[in-house]
Order: sequence, then structure tokens, then C-alpha cells
Amino acid sequence: MKKSLISTMSIAISAEDLTKKFDDFLAVDHINFQINRNEIFGFLGPNGAGKTTTMKMIQCVSPKTTGSLIVNGIDVEKDSRSVKDILGIVPQENNLDPDFSVLKNLLVYARYYNISEEEAERRSFEQLDFVQLNEKKDVMIDKLSGGMKRRLILARALINKPRILILDEPTTGLDPQARHMIWDKILSLKKEGVTVVLTTHYMEEASQLCDRLVIMDLGKIIEEGSPQELIQKHVGSHVVEVDNTPAVMKCLTENGDKYEEFANRVHVFAAEPEELSSKLMKRCNFDKVTVRQASLEDVFLKLTKKALRD
Amino acid sequence: MLRIFSIPKISSRTYKVWLRNKDVFMKTIKINFIPQLLEPILYLFGIGYGLGFFVREIDGLPYVEFIAPALICISMMNSAFFESTFASFVRMYYQKTFDAIINTPMNIEEVIFGEILWAATKSMINASIILLVVSSLQLVRLPESLLLIPLSFLVGLVFASIGMCFTSLVPRIEFFNYPIFLLITPMYLFSGTFFPMSILPEQIQTISLLIFPLAHAVNISRWLTTGIAYSSIALSLLWLVVVAVPLTILSINLMKKRLIV
Ligand SMILES: Nc1ncnc2c1ncn2[C@@H]1O[C@H](COP(=O)(O)OP(=O)(O)OP(=O)(O)O)[C@@H](O)[C@H]1O
Ligand SMILES: [Mg+2]
Repeated sequence: MKKSLISTMSIAISAEDLTKKFDDFLAVDHINFQINRNEIFGFLGPNGAGKTTTMKMIQCVSPKTTGSLIVNGIDVEKDSRSVKDILGIVPQENNLDPDFSVLKNLLVYARYYNISEEEAERRSFEQLDFVQLNEKKDVMIDKLSGGMKRRLILARALINKPRILILDEPTTGLDPQARHMIWDKILSLKKEGVTVVLTTHYMEEASQLCDRLVIMDLGKIIEEGSPQELIQKHVGSHVVEVDNTPAVMKCLTENGDKYEEFANRVHVFAAEPEELSSKLMKRCNFDKVTVRQASLEDVFLKLTKKALRD
Repeated sequence: MLRIFSIPKISSRTYKVWLRNKDVFMKTIKINFIPQLLEPILYLFGIGYGLGFFVREIDGLPYVEFIAPALICISMMNSAFFESTFASFVRMYYQKTFDAIINTPMNIEEVIFGEILWAATKSMINASIILLVVSSLQLVRLPESLLLIPLSFLVGLVFASIGMCFTSLVPRIEFFNYPIFLLITPMYLFSGTFFPMSILPEQIQTISLLIFPLAHAVNISRWLTTGIAYSSIALSLLWLVVVAVPLTILSINLMKKRLIV
């Protein structure tokens, strides 16, 4: 009894056999995951993998088809209002209110949480400062740049001081400065005890931020772990890149090396990169060999390659 | 089938959605106010006095006094119906306003009910403006006609929920032309608005009284402004109340069905 209580306290979100069907189409296919409190947890996966669908079920705006989904100890089906009260949402699709100015967007949004007017104003200015939109506070939404809109949406998501933050591609369309600013903020929110769920197509972002992540494809979770674990497991420490020619392919196959083939390049996975590259250059007369550190992108490409092809 | 008439889960938070729309309205009130004031005046002069020059009177009433309550009712209908169709559709479909709101502790039922209440409020605002105009021209009885203000909310509620049902069904915004041509326009003409229903074939009179909310709104309003009742006022009022409640519930559930997937 006591043990299960402790384990539910330390788990922010847990899903068991979670499924989402749109008519006959299975968008999320029996997925299981547990997100610990105070961790940054990533969902990666190609377009249409089911990331946003999963986020929407967590957000209690799209009902699950089967399975169980517990957020902050609460069943999403039983008490969605209490769940939504402690969530902050950055949706993939911008939905700022175009009928209002930047500041008024935050004030009106705070009202939906029953936050008092005074407090809403205080928090709004605090958030505007943080996303550096103070100068734009009286500007209408359609006069903002794409990146400014994303920043304002993040500010809006923080207006209720959420314990769990759901970020569906938060930095898409941001310039490098703004992206780093948001990364900093995510890390400092983590320090304050916030749990962050993040989807992204930027592998660098996932590597830098995520404590753990899952890779989804075709509605299923196909891999799970920390970025480092996944890189070690699937790629090794380094990658040797060479041009894709018939001679290269023949040599690689004969050697029995682990590699991934692309249209113009071949990525050869290596634990001992220098050894491998000199071996390849000697034995197969390769030129244009590049050695680099293995990254999450290699893992992603390897695991989701089929989906990219069709 | 039964689920579309199940009672929606609604709390007092609905008010926040109403407030959102009110805030937008107040921002543009100076631009909104003038055309809303102008339109009924144009009708009043163009039809009331223009056509009235030839018609003179209907059932002992000067023509302009005959149509004054109808103009108020048409404004109730148009404002509520427009708000819950075109305006709500824009907020739902193009602006994603509903999506944003339901990410907060608000639920979709409250969002839709808030929209309907706002549309009914628009009906009340517009009716009040025109009432002011026709009162200053001494075309209506006072103080009885002041009851048009609460009536306009009820009538607004009926038209808002009818509009919201269409909003839950149309694939694109252009499709609102169908209910406008097939429902609103005939209702506008055959509800005892510009001529008494008694001159229509009996079957059409019956149909009008059975399905046209506007016919009942006009009947009650004309009684309030002139003292003449064309059919039972109690029945008309009962008709509006009895229809308003299930229609509101139906429209909320239909919208939920559209939006929660
Ligand atoms: N309302 C819906 N009705 C029918 N199918 C849907 C609906 N929403 C999503 N889908 C389908 O579910 C699948 C998963 O979509 P989802 O938006 O979750 O993908 P995603 O992983 O977020 O992709 P992206 O990286 O492109 O944002 C897609 O095939 C999509 O077409
Ligand atoms: Mg997505």
C-alpha cells in the first residue's frame, strides 16, 4: 500500500495500453510509458507517428479509445478539470486569440483558470519579460512574427504555474537565439520542479534537454531510453560517413560492418572510429571519409527508416 | 440518439466565455454601434413610411407601427443567428479559439453554452437599440414595450441554438447560405412580419406557427408594442420556452460531437 503510494507520487504521467482510434485508423497503438516527476521526457517520431494524438489525450481534450492514462495521480476520464488545472500546454498549432493584443491574450487566458485580475496582470508581465515580448504587449497577434507567436504561447502556457508542461514542437520556426532562450527556460522550470513532456523534430534539442525519451512510429513506441543509452545501443560512439558507390557497398558488406545506407551517403557505425576509417581507406580505397560523433539523429534515422521511405 | 439530448456538464465558468466575447465586442463597439442603429432606421423609413404611404394601416394600426415590433424581432433573429453561425464558426474553425480554451479547465460544453449565451446577449443588445429608436419616434407603447428586452434574450437563445446546430454540421462556412435561404428568409417573410399571417393560406399559417420561432416572437412583440394579439400570447411564450431548452442542449451536444474526436 505504502509502496504504491510512493510510486504514484513519483510518477507524473503513466499510460498503459493506451490506444486512440479515429474511425478505423489506429493512430496510437497500445503504448505504455511512465514519466517521472521532475523529468524532461521526449516523444520523437516521424510525421504522423501519433505524438500530437498522445499529447491531446494527456491534455484531456481528446478521449482515449482504450487503455489507462493517469496524469498527476488522476484518471483523465474521471476528473479532467483537475488535470487541466495543473497542465500548461504549448500546442503544435498556434491558437492565440487574434481578437486580442499580446497582453490581453494572457489576461483572458488567466481568467479561464479563475486567476484573479491582479494576479493575472502580475504574472502576465512577468511572462512577457521572460519571453521578451514586453515591447509588443499592445500589438495584435497577426502583427507578430512566427517565432514571437511561439514565445507568447509558451508564456501563456505558464500563466497558471503548471506542474506539468506539455510542449508539442515548442521551438519549430524559432531562430537560434529564441530556441536557446526557450531551452534555458525549460531547464530552469525543471529546476523548479516542473515535469516537462516534449515533442520535437530537432534531435539536438532532444539530446540536450531530455532525460529520457521514446521514439514512436506508426502509433507504436519502438524504443525508449536516455539519449546516451540509445546512441550507445544502436550506433556506438562514432559514425564514419562515406559516399554511396557500388564499390563502397561491396566492401562494407564483405567486411560485415554495421551501416545505414542513404541515397548519396553511407553511415558506418563504429566504436573505434580511427581504426575503422583507416581500415576502410586502406582496404577499400575510400576517399572523402568523414568521422564524427554519433548522435541521436543516427538512432532516429536507423529506427524509423522504413517509415521515411514510404 | 439519446446522447444528443443528455444534459451537458456546465458550471458557472461558462461566464468566462461570454466575457471573452463581450471584451471583443466592447473593443469594437464604436464601429459596431452605428450600422446596428442605422439598419432598422433604414427599414423603418424605407418600408414603414415608404410602403406605409400606400398601405396606410393594417387592422387599424398605422403600417409603421405594425412593422416596428417585427423589425425588432427580425433584428433579434439576425443578430443571434449570425453570431452563432458565422461568428462562432470563425472562432471555432479559423481562429482555433475553442481549442485554446478547452486546454484550460474549461470544457467544450461550457464554451458552446457561453457562445450561445453571448449570441442571445447580442440579440438583446440589438433589440434594445432599436427599441430606443422606435420609442423616441413614439411608435410603441410604454412601459409595456420594455418587456421586449427580456423577450429578446429568450428569442435570441432560440435562434442562437438553431444557428449552433448548423455550425455543428456545416463542413465549410459557405454552407450557411442553405439555412439562410431555406429557413431564415421564408421565416422573415411569413411570420406575420410585414403583413398579417391571416392573409396566407391556412396550411402555411399552421406551418408557420408550428415551426417558425419568429412568428411567435412577432406575435408577442406586437402585443407588447400595440396591445393587439393575433394569436394566444401565452401559447407563443410557451412555444418559445419549450423549444429553447432542448434546442440549446441539442446544439451543445452536436458541437461536442463535432469537436471532441
Ligand atoms: N482528428 C483526426 N481524425 C483522423 N485522423 C487523425 C486525426 N488526428 C490525427 N489523425 C491521424 O493520426 C496520425 C497521427 O497524427 P499525429 O498528429 O498524432 O502525428 P504526429 O506524430 O504529431 O506528427 P507530426 O510530427 O507531423 O506533428 C496521423 O496519421 C493523422 O493523420
Ligand atoms: Mg504533431
